[in-house]
This record gives sequence, C-alpha cells and structure tokens, in this order.
Amino acid sequence: MVATPAHLLRSATALGNEEVMRIRNDFPILQRTVNGRPLVYLDSGATSQNPLSVLEAEQEFYEQRNSAVHRGAHHLAVEATDAFEDARETVAAFIGADPDELIWTSNATEGLNLLSYSFLNASLPGCPAESRRFALAEGDEVVVTEMEHHANLIPWQQLAARTGAALKYIPVDDAGNLDLDAAAGLIGSRTRVLAFTHASNVLGTINPVSELVALARAAGALVVLDACQSAPHLALDVKALDVDFAVFSGHKMLGPTGIGGLYGRAELLNAMPPFLTGGSMITTVTMDRAAFLPSPQRFEAGTQKISQAVALAAAANYLGETGLDRIHAWETTLGQRLVEGLEAIPGIRVLGPAAGRERIGLAAFDVAGVHAHDVGQFLDSRGIAVRVGHHCAQPLHRRLGLTASTRASTYLYNTTDDVDAFLEAVAGVRGYFQA
Amino acid sequence: MSLDQLYQQIILEHSKLRHGSGLAGADLPAGAASGQSHQLNPVCGDEITVRVTVAEGKVSGLRWDGEGCSISMASASVLTDLADGLEAAELQRVIDSFREVLRSRGKVPADPEILGDAAAFEGVARYAARVKCAMLSWVAAEDALAQALAGQDHPAGP
Repeated sequence: MVATPAHLLRSATALGNEEVMRIRNDFPILQRTVNGRPLVYLDSGATSQNPLSVLEAEQEFYEQRNSAVHRGAHHLAVEATDAFEDARETVAAFIGADPDELIWTSNATEGLNLLSYSFLNASLPGCPAESRRFALAEGDEVVVTEMEHHANLIPWQQLAARTGAALKYIPVDDAGNLDLDAAAGLIGSRTRVLAFTHASNVLGTINPVSELVALARAAGALVVLDACQSAPHLALDVKALDVDFAVFSGHKMLGPTGIGGLYGRAELLNAMPPFLTGGSMITTVTMDRAAFLPSPQRFEAGTQKISQAVALAAAANYLGETGLDRIHAWETTLGQRLVEGLEAIPGIRVLGPAAGRERIGLAAFDVAGVHAHDVGQFLDSRGIAVRVGHHCAQPLHRRLGLTASTRASTYLYNTTDDVDAFLEAVAGVRGYFQA
Repeated sequence: MSLDQLYQQIILEHSKLRHGSGLAGADLPAGAASGQSHQLNPVCGDEITVRVTVAEGKVSGLRWDGEGCSISMASASVLTDLADGLEAAELQRVIDSFREVLRSRGKVPADPEILGDAAAFEGVARYAARVKCAMLSWVAAEDALAQALAGQDHPAGP
C-alpha cells in the first residue's frame, strides 16, 4: 500500500504530550534505562529510533520474501521485487517525487558522493555529449555554505580539486542565517553547482530554499539540497521546492541504517554518467563496452538494500500517518522550549537563531568553561543522550569560534518532560565542573 | 560506576591548573635536545602539541599547547609533573604503563608507584569513548621523546 503523500496531510494541530506518550509505546528502545535512569533520547539528529512497524517490516521481509530483486523467475523473486519497488513508490511519494526519480543509496553521504563522482566522470575526456552539462573545469565554481555538514562539503571540495573548479562559501551571519546578499554576489555565471542544506544540523536554521533556487536558476546552476534534517521532520516536497537533486538518510527518519535516497529530476538522472557500475544497471554488454539502463537502475549497481528499503517505506508510512505537519509543529514547540530554557541558564551560549526565531527541533550550545565532551558525559550519567563534538561541521564551528559543541535534538517521540529533564541537568553542569 | 569515579577531584583540579601549558617562551637550555609532536582527536577536533626536552638522558622539561576536555587537559597537566626529571627510559615505561591501564577497559588496575597522580585516570578506562582524550598528550609526548632522543644522538649545530 502506498502512503498518502505526507505533504497532503494538512493539519494545524501539533502533537501533544498525551499523544506522544502513546507514540512512545511503539518504540521498544525508549522503554529502557541508562545508568539507572529512564532513557531521555535527544540525539535523533544523529540517528532516530525505530518503531515496531519498521522492525517488523524488515523481519517480515526476511521471513517471507527474501530474494534477489530484478532477476530470477521464481515466486520469491517476484514478491521481493514488488516489495522493493513498492517501497520506492512509497518513499518517493513521501518526498514528492516520482518513483523513477528516487535512487536508493546507503545514506545521504553516498548520495552526495554519487553526484560529485558522476559530475567528475562527466568532466573526463570522451564523456558523451548529453553528459557535458555536468562537466566542471577551471574557471567554473561550486557554491556551498559555511553551515554545511562535511557530507555536503567534502565531495564538492574533492570535485573542485580534481577539476580545477573553485569552491565558494555563502557566509553565515551571527544570528545563524545565510547572508543572502553575499549569496547573490557569489552565485553567477561561473556557478555550475549550488549545494546547501535545507536545515542546519548545528544551528537549526531552516534555509530559504526558494530564494537560493532563484539565484541558481538565474545563473543556470544545478541545485543540490541536503534534506537530512528536513525530510524526517517537516513535509518535504522536492518538486515544489524546485531543486534538481536532494538527499536524505533513512536512519534519521525512523528507518534502518544502511539506506538513504537521492532524488534527481528524471531528465538529469538519465543524462548523468553512472557512478558505480556492474550488474543490474546495464542493457547490452560486450567485451568492449556497455550501455546503461535509465534511472533509477542506472545508479543501482549490484545487489540492493532490499530489506532496508522495505523497512524505510514502513517508516515513511508511520510518519505520514502521524502527519508531518503535526510532527513539525510539535518539534517547533520542543525546539523553542530548548532554546528558551538554555538561554535562561548562566554561561550557556546557544548557537543559531535566538528564541522566538524559526528553527527545527534541535539546539546546539556552548557551556562556558566546560568542554562539550564533559557536558555529554555529565548528561549521560543522568540517562540523557545528546551529541557532542563538531557534528561533522568543522568550518562552521571555526566560524563560531569553537572546536566543539553539545547538541540536543528532538523527534516525534520526545515529550516536554524530556526537554525539562535535559534543561535541569544542563543547569548543573558548570557547578559540577567548577567552571 | 559513578561519574565521580571518572571525574576524580585530582582530575578536575588539574583540568584547571594545566601545568606545563604554553609553549611560547620556553627556552631550550644549552646541551639539550628537544622533540615536538602534534596530535589530533578527529572525533571532537581537540588538538595538542607537546614538546619534550632531554638533557644528559633525562627529561628536563615538558611543555604543551592545546585545548580540549577536562580529561585531556588534566592528563597533559599530570604528565607534565610526572615527566620532569625522569630518565628517558623511565618516562617511556610510565607511558607504556598508562597506555596498558587505559586500554584495558578497566581490567588492569593502575599502579600508583609507577603512575603517581596519573593513577587517577584509571576510571577513564571504563569509558571507551574517553580513552583517546586521556591518551592524546601521552601519545604526543612519546613521539616527542623519541624525536628528542634521536636529536640527542645527532645534536644540531650551534
């Protein structure tokens, strides 16, 4: 069954604590204790937890349908192929894409590498004419932002280094927003690719996609959207956003590890040179050459992540049935509660938008005189799981004058009690470390 | 295991004292050889640079520059106190002992006779994610010591 596309499920009502308590019953791991305390899981920005329906979907696949897909004439192969392609249809609908525009990848990182390597392949001598639109050379520019996760930075850094193109950064202002005036100056006729995150995994900022897309369109540049922190938390519609490519990771949206997705406009995907080559992505193979299938098989060489795709579809259904708008509204409440609470604690500096300004349901912060590792250790001793470190965003931390920070990130299964337990613990950090 | 066993008072104190912190202005005495090593913890981005000076086979000074968590800062501070005046081979033995304890996941107890105040880091061994924090300056010191000894064999010109 294909889920109703999340973006069509319009509802102004946020989730509430009572409903969240029911949702929590679907997540076995949230019932456990850590260091003798009930687990307060505030690290969903790194990896989310799985509801029973996701775990059962993966188990059911292995118990009933496990087989190779797109080959074999036996019954299991047919059922497995159906389950795999139904999953694609479900997850494609979840992000507002057509099924043949969704390529399975291991995670968002692989999706971004797929793009940068395909563009690199297009830049090599002898590349077919239809692929030349993706080629980069000296004099060309790739534009990213100062707030990118390394996954949406290093593949472009490498591509620029290998092709001779220049890498440019849209700066972040002190309030945690992109400097759009600077962006307008940076994005121009030399720009071939604009890659940016929809929502920052550190600052929580939601970037103005339409303004940035407009700048890229005027310059004739391709637009790549990192949707890792948006796809799980708000109603994503890649067509309405009018981006050329978008990536996301399954494990951040209630799905298993080992699967993610790359969206691309069909016309572009079918003109792009493949990245990984081998079985299942070809039409005719001779000893000298091969011809390739259209998308998505064109980019899915070898045996695929079948059970993970099936489980990810179950995750998309779970989110869709709960309602992305309701989840987003609830997490906005939690995010504001986080920031307001943190700002009220002496010695805490919240990174990104201040209380009252739009942000997703996460907050990263610095504690004066206490290193993030120590903050995280202190919180862990109270059963509270947060992320510490540079969150794979070293350039951003350097820009903020930090090497590391602590981040609490929420999801649909977090209550206001979780946030309050976290805030109470943070209030004790500086005292414990005599800062 | 409680948090207080990890963050023993001596660790919290040394994380503030930071003995040996500051490389600038530390002159190299005549006849001494020195080595310097930079180490990085890619998980958190913490960095440290340790310089070890050796004169007549003995450690005549250990200085460092770095920023990091309380465990890494305290560990560098304690190491500074321990290293001063040790025979080079003794310092290597202390580093070996520290490493063995830290990597034992709590199975090897620290010997205060060998490790002195550094025995307080025994509790870190039970926190796999923090072992690297405690080891960072010690790995740098080991590398710097080896360089200093190599330099002593082949002293640089005046």
